[in-house]
Amino acid sequence: MSSGNGLDRRGFLARGLAAAGTTLLGGCDPLSEQPWVRRILDSAETLTRVTQRALLTPSDLAREYSEADLSREFKANGSTDPDDAGYKAHAASGFANWKLQVGGLVGEPLSLSLDELRAMNSRTQITRHDCVEGWSCIGKWKGVPLSALLERAQIKPEARYIVFYCADDLGETGTEDGKYYESVGLADAFHAQTILAYEMNGETLPIPHGAPLRLRVERQLGYKMAKYVMRVEAVDSFAGIRRGRGGFWEDLGYEWYAGI
Amino acid sequence: MDARPTDPIDQGEVVYRHSGAVRATHWINALVLLVLLMSGLQIFNAHPALYLGSKSDFDAPVFAMRPMMHDNKIFGVTTVLGWDFDTTGVFGLAGDENGHDPRGFPWWATLPGYQDLSLGRRWHFFFAWLFLFNGLAYLLWSLGSGHLRRDLVPSGRELKHIGASIWDHIRLRFPKGDEAKRYNVLQKLSYLTVALVLLPLMLLTGLAMSPGMDAVAPILLDIFGGRQSARTIHFISASFIVIFVVVHIVMVLITGVWNNLRSMITGRYVIAPAEKES
Repeated sequence: MSSGNGLDRRGFLARGLAAAGTTLLGGCDPLSEQPWVRRILDSAETLTRVTQRALLTPSDLAREYSEADLSREFKANGSTDPDDAGYKAHAASGFANWKLQVGGLVGEPLSLSLDELRAMNSRTQITRHDCVEGWSCIGKWKGVPLSALLERAQIKPEARYIVFYCADDLGETGTEDGKYYESVGLADAFHAQTILAYEMNGETLPIPHGAPLRLRVERQLGYKMAKYVMRVEAVDSFAGIRRGRGGFWEDLGYEWYAGI
Repeated sequence: MDARPTDPIDQGEVVYRHSGAVRATHWINALVLLVLLMSGLQIFNAHPALYLGSKSDFDAPVFAMRPMMHDNKIFGVTTVLGWDFDTTGVFGLAGDENGHDPRGFPWWATLPGYQDLSLGRRWHFFFAWLFLFNGLAYLLWSLGSGHLRRDLVPSGRELKHIGASIWDHIRLRFPKGDEAKRYNVLQKLSYLTVALVLLPLMLLTGLAMSPGMDAVAPILLDIFGGRQSARTIHFISASFIVIFVVVHIVMVLITGVWNNLRSMITGRYVIAPAEKES
């Protein structure tokens, strides 16, 4: 190998490495915004969902903790005090006249007060809340199993997802479109630990944590667990709701399947 | 140290050092780990603090990078086990075109460069699957072909002479002649530690952070002492891998960068002539 040839090759390699470095540092940002790149990256969610669904049986429970494990400070994320006139009026009267609506693909739409929800069979669980940001808090939740509500409402066989409509306008658009919403599949909707909680740590659910009712889906991340739930709807598809991705954060790019 | 070549045949001996499988999985892994590191730092930046146990004790992180006010001035502070370090400009508060950017790791270390947790997660989990497939391919091939046993597991004799090998490395004296045809004992132990301990640890601690996987295999939580401990171990293990890569690259540079690079691209490696023992 002549030294001139070697130097050329070295120059070529050095330029190649420099170009690769620049591409990696600066080039990935525009790359991230290419629709085809997004489609490829997003395909991992399907792989994760199918894999976890195959591994998760209905009897697999999220770990339950003891009273001693409760967080001293349970972080309230997202909305902490909905700025909605209807909601504020209900909050002022302790949700005495408030009713949860259950509708969509059901045989028997329901309209239930907090007292009626409290009169139903309840489940109490001490679980870990994992935020998508990375932190975890442990809290004690008491509420109605979602399965009991769906059975009472006689959910129809064609229903595939349960959508939760909330009172808080996290998008701050001032319209219905900015309001928080979420959806889960039937496997999670009928899971034993999936409840609509009206109590936290032995007390009436506080407003920062979603009063009067918040969803708990213990095998997924915190953003699935919608607060301020006003209405529950059984649907066969969420493609036509808002931006069609099944939730407030999902519409902004987060995974619909939040098991990881 | 006088290694004047006396025999031109010694000088030019070319051996086939790395198999195609090792070369392919090596470069895929290099790219995958770089993306995982940078997207991982993007995810870390969403809550740049680490804890021990199951839950986050927000008042007492074992590690944190955050902006703090002091004498009406803002600083980037990195906290390690209760000790505060001023890391303004890099960690906790980085400089950007707008002046000050309160974030854990600076833009050049994260993917994407700007703050976007959802995009960071998309990159991270897509490349985590590539990491898994590539790692499994490497491990299965290494077991099946005998690469692991033949090239990586050190012999008892080598382990006994590890002191001499360390002393040689300190003096920057590297094996020549026949000795250079195989990995030396320190290489073997570092590669084994990375391939069989640190990289699998990244996968397992990653899975332990998944609420879905925790329900599938609650033992993940017990192995690592809780989800927040798993997250901390994930970070520490990643740091060790970064240290390994830095040392690895330094060794590649000082033991003949073009020879090393070529051997990992084409497989061919030129053996330096053995020193004449007198």
